[in-house]
Amino acid sequence: MARALWKGNEALAEAAIRAGVDAFFGYPITPQTELLEYMARRMPELGRVFLQAESEIAAINMVYGAACAGARAMTSSSSPGISLMQEGLSYIAGSEVPCVVVDIMRGGPGLGNIQPSQADYFQLTRSAGHGDFHPLVLAPATLQEAVDLMYASFDLAFKYRTIVIIAGDGALGQMMEPVEMPPMRPPPPDRPDWAVFGAKGRPPRAITSLYLDAEELEQVNQRLQAKLKVIAANEQRWECYLTEDAEYLVVAFGTVARIAKSAVRAARAAGVRAGLFRPISLWPYPAEALSRLIGQMRGVLVVEMNAGQMLEDVRMAVCGRTPLRFLGRMGGVIPMPDEIAAEIVYMARTRQHGNRHGAQRLLQFKE
Amino acid sequence: MTTLSLEAPLREASAHSQMEIVYAPPAALADVPMHYCPGCSHGAIHRMIAEVVDELAIRECTLCVAPVGCAVFAYKYFNFDSCEAAHGRAPAMATGLKRILPDRVIFTYQGDGDLASIGANEILHAALRGEPISVIFVNNAVYGMTGGQMAPTTLVGMKTTSSPLGRDPLTQGHPIHITEMLATIPGVAYAVRRSMHSVAEMRKTKKAIRLAFQAQLQGLGLSIVEILATCPTNWRLTPIEALDFIRDRMAPEYPVGDFKVDERLREKG
Amino acid sequence: METSIIISGFGGQGALFAGQVLAHAAMESGKEVTWIPSYGPEMRGGTAHCTVVIGDEPIGSPLVRNPHCVIAMNLPSVDKYEPLVAVGGRLLYDSTLVKRPLRRTDILGVAIPAHDIALRCGSQQLVNIAMLGALLALCPLVELAAVEQALRAHLPERHAELLRPNILALHAGAAYIREQRIAVS
Repeated sequence: MARALWKGNEALAEAAIRAGVDAFFGYPITPQTELLEYMARRMPELGRVFLQAESEIAAINMVYGAACAGARAMTSSSSPGISLMQEGLSYIAGSEVPCVVVDIMRGGPGLGNIQPSQADYFQLTRSAGHGDFHPLVLAPATLQEAVDLMYASFDLAFKYRTIVIIAGDGALGQMMEPVEMPPMRPPPPDRPDWAVFGAKGRPPRAITSLYLDAEELEQVNQRLQAKLKVIAANEQRWECYLTEDAEYLVVAFGTVARIAKSAVRAARAAGVRAGLFRPISLWPYPAEALSRLIGQMRGVLVVEMNAGQMLEDVRMAVCGRTPLRFLGRMGGVIPMPDEIAAEIVYMARTRQHGNRHGAQRLLQFKE
Repeated sequence: MTTLSLEAPLREASAHSQMEIVYAPPAALADVPMHYCPGCSHGAIHRMIAEVVDELAIRECTLCVAPVGCAVFAYKYFNFDSCEAAHGRAPAMATGLKRILPDRVIFTYQGDGDLASIGANEILHAALRGEPISVIFVNNAVYGMTGGQMAPTTLVGMKTTSSPLGRDPLTQGHPIHITEMLATIPGVAYAVRRSMHSVAEMRKTKKAIRLAFQAQLQGLGLSIVEILATCPTNWRLTPIEALDFIRDRMAPEYPVGDFKVDERLREKG
Repeated sequence: METSIIISGFGGQGALFAGQVLAHAAMESGKEVTWIPSYGPEMRGGTAHCTVVIGDEPIGSPLVRNPHCVIAMNLPSVDKYEPLVAVGGRLLYDSTLVKRPLRRTDILGVAIPAHDIALRCGSQQLVNIAMLGALLALCPLVELAAVEQALRAHLPERHAELLRPNILALHAGAAYIREQRIAVS
């Protein structure tokens, strides 16, 4: 199929449709609204379910209901809306039904603004709701990757009966880029054998996350943890860019990672052997793949559009083996390639001159 | 759980002893002991629902969305598919189910804290959309499971553990009349209030549940049956006194009656 | 090699659309391209801008601090981007709305009477495409034919009557540069 120029939010919506999404429930919020609007046009044309809910709380609970019926159900939102969805996400995780959620992150906390941000990293990977669970969190850097991950997301969600979150940001949602769309796959006709759709010719089923008996709930949790271990072992994704001979490594995800690619090229042009490690799965974090690279590095620079959230994962992987620097922009400010390149070059220069200044400035924000 | 675990042995016994069965539990009700307090209305309401499901022969296509509250285990007591919603979200969850399974009968079973307080927005918008689901709304004027706190339906002056001096409308608001409110919405096909305080009223309650399910089967819109129910434990009353409390205290605030009945339902019913 | 272009103007002047047309034309010409808008409240009545990056390899950053080329359709856009244009870069501005001379001498500033060109082609709504035509005459990133094709494919149907005027404006903008004999690079 030929490439076409797509807007991020609309490309995600079309990819979900081609992946066979049965039902979309959502609520308008900038900068993801085009996804909802696209679904509002396309889903009814295809005889599928589109519903604008009264709130994000209702939207995720509608997803929960449709998912219990065995449908490929999804929602999309942006940071404040994801906060409201945490209740439903926890129930969905506790009930082990699959669903897909898109988070087009914006600046926070609070109402914040509508500019791009990555400050939901902790929320998505660590605390998507109360209780012990992690969604599978995938962070695309290009629209083609967004489409490919979206296309794979329902299969992953159903394979593990888990929540899959596509973590983008306002820049990814709003930008346009050429995309080759995958072929249309109809929703699977058969309902899974755990779903509820009427107890015809079989004993009744109940989908619940309630286990009043402590031992029983512990067993449920042990089963959940065992499943998460399998996901953690199977689903780590990452990209290495110019890392083979690299001495200085940038670690960044999503939009920042593609900006960092330009910075890595610029740093190389300035004579610094720089490379990029880009986690694609934020949970499970590709810690071992990152750890394997650290031995050859004279310095690591983490760049994020937040106050240093993925930094904690990187810190664990680096484990003090090499100096670590952090460049964080917040509030919806996007780091520019030149400022990342300047940080890489600075790191290399201070390192070469034996200056420990760089290590002391572990946490630094641009003013 | 098997469908006819209790019914089958009874039939066998009757064949053996040449006796006629005059009373058997409905097939749609699971053969398990319920956890409800003595004198609580929930068990009887569950049974009425199960009887209606059997009478309409819809057990294999019915799904219950259970609430958070005393009826949180409703899904254990019915012999059909069900799922458990977050507090107040049953109408949203039922919406998701119904949109995927339009030919199934979906009902929510909700208490007054669940439906009228934390879930007021969800029930309101399900009604505005005319979501063809049935809502069994059990109003006993208190939060039961958490131990008798003030609910939005608590009567003025009524003492609860969180309104120890009696509900004062100046600081704690007025009782909410959900069913009357929903009756004003075009998407609602059937909105009535019934009571559990006497056998005659219970018969009327069961009829209303049946009509609510019929409204859904006919695709007329959302149907809601509000049921004035007892909570002897949290009211600190005996079961008999609790029945009188409904009649004497609750019914004057929440009059039993029909607030909206779709004409097409009247013709059938 | 990547080339970055920022197109900026008042909301309603078609800055975002001109960028999309350029992006479509670049993609159809086999190039890699990204388009990213300013979005949000500033679209309503304020200035709007978009960044287009065109290259032969997959684009890294869709945003740049120092663009190679800027099309500025109003004074606030000139004020904002004149200091930011990369050394040796180009700043095209609408001389109908921007009366002040440029301050920088290390960039190529080109005044385009885009408003007059647009009116000659039939509508003041054509300023954006006239400016785009001028830019492409200065920096031949894509063929004008590819832009024509992109206009045909992507001009909203409600503006169908503006297709021919748009194509006229595109060529008129390019012709203006050629008439001025400004060196093409």
